[in-house]
Amino acid sequence: MKKLLSEKTLGIKPSGIRKFFDIVSTMEGAISLGVGEPDFETPWFIRDEGIYSLEKGRTFYTSNSGLRELKVEIAKYLERRFGVPYDADHEITITVGGSEGIDLAFRAMLNPGDEVIIPQPSYVSYEPCAVLADGVPVIIELKEKDRFKLTPEELLEKITPKTKLLVLPFPNNPTGSVMTSEELEEIAGIIKEKDIYVVSDEIYTELTYTGKPPASIIQVPGMRDRTILINGFSKAYAMTGWRLGYACGPKDIIAQMIKVHQFAIMCAPTTSQYAAVAAMRDGDQAVAKMRDSYNQRRRYVLDRLKKMNLPCFEPEGAFYVFPSIQRFKMTSEEFAERLLTEEKVAVVPGNAFGDSGEGFIRISYAYSLKQLEEALDRISCFIAKLDGK
Amino acid sequence: MREKILAVLEKNARIDIHELAVLLGESETAVANEIAEMEKEHIICGYHTLINWDNTSNEKVVALIEVQVTPQRDQGFDRIAERIYQYDEVNAVYLMSGAFDFTVFIEGKTMREVAQFVSDKLAPLESVRGTATHFVLKKYKDHGTVLSAPEQDERQLISP
Repeated sequence: MKKLLSEKTLGIKPSGIRKFFDIVSTMEGAISLGVGEPDFETPWFIRDEGIYSLEKGRTFYTSNSGLRELKVEIAKYLERRFGVPYDADHEITITVGGSEGIDLAFRAMLNPGDEVIIPQPSYVSYEPCAVLADGVPVIIELKEKDRFKLTPEELLEKITPKTKLLVLPFPNNPTGSVMTSEELEEIAGIIKEKDIYVVSDEIYTELTYTGKPPASIIQVPGMRDRTILINGFSKAYAMTGWRLGYACGPKDIIAQMIKVHQFAIMCAPTTSQYAAVAAMRDGDQAVAKMRDSYNQRRRYVLDRLKKMNLPCFEPEGAFYVFPSIQRFKMTSEEFAERLLTEEKVAVVPGNAFGDSGEGFIRISYAYSLKQLEEALDRISCFIAKLDGK
Repeated sequence: MREKILAVLEKNARIDIHELAVLLGESETAVANEIAEMEKEHIICGYHTLINWDNTSNEKVVALIEVQVTPQRDQGFDRIAERIYQYDEVNAVYLMSGAFDFTVFIEGKTMREVAQFVSDKLAPLESVRGTATHFVLKKYKDHGTVLSAPEQDERQLISP
């Protein structure tokens, strides 16, 4: 008898976040710090451009790789941000969110048995996407003592003759960890020496709070030709619902990615692409304003956590903090479930982002200061209770 | 640092020094000193509350009045502005470019009261050449804040 379902797909574990979501949604009056998207609405001038494109009747497919106008703006952005040139016609493709870019990169590059090194805790889709593309995920467990950065030693230890790709998930969701250009240079040295490639997921790159411009591995000489850079509009421009991202890399790889994209998706949403042109062209100031606001909340949350004696290394990117809850002798899930039932605050258990996230929780600060204050008051109560005060 | 302090205070005058210092990543002393300085320099001129009076039982009428004047020798517009802003009914006075000279915001209990103020007090001033009164019917956004109740958070409660 034929089997109804694909064994490969069946073998993939459902996302730990999904499970927790189901519990949260049944809870009346819960406040959530569990969201992985900006609280800002898309800046009006961007929405306006989307509306205008609809008024003009621009309701057709674009070319598979996306509007040329948008790709040109992306190339200009990469040049002004990182000083690295890209050919808008052959080295950039527009995708449906950064997530599709990750999927495309794996499908374009992996052969059965190729190993993909994935540092964790990190975004939930690298591992399943690698498996679906017949790759073999090899996990590196990032450590809090290293500020959740990837160290050259850990990387070297996991490289085998079968290693094809390294996923570089920085600035990191859920830890907020950021790699400096010096640290990226060290990683790049190994990548070149061992002849492997990098999928660098830089979706949070505009949200870094080091006071310095963000660093990218594409800036290291020779790395531009070994890297698929994944980015998008969701986080920087608060455009999650528009589903728009992009991937940049060597033209031979991008060509294969476009092929998969063409057959699976056709093209990214046209309205979103027109809106994104405005975002890229005139959005720097709006992004800076949101960045300042996130940074203030980041400092506020860290100050509050410190006061409740919840140890947390200082994250320098994204909009998450990742405090340790190890002193309570509970698993992350137990902690999160009790916090939810007893104080009605939802956070995400750290193990949803990989086993090395066990002992931590992810708190998102993509909320107004007022909401954060209320939620942190409740967390503070909960911790006082656990501490027997 | 000044601009950052002002940006926060403009939105939340009630924030305490400790929290303000945390948000900006500065020391409390530095922030407190800077605020004291700015008060002295009249950069910070007051701490106000944004009230949507429409939601209270307190009836209020606000009017914007365009005022055309003849500037006075030696003193230009400032002397006339002073004559106008001395009245308690006057909330704000701005010197404008364009077809008229001053925008004057007036607050009263009724339309009649406001109209009376204009005809009895404002219009008869010797340098005033003409006025045009516009009553505010509804305030949607004031001081950068939308006055209607904030919309609900549309986001999924948990997302990766």
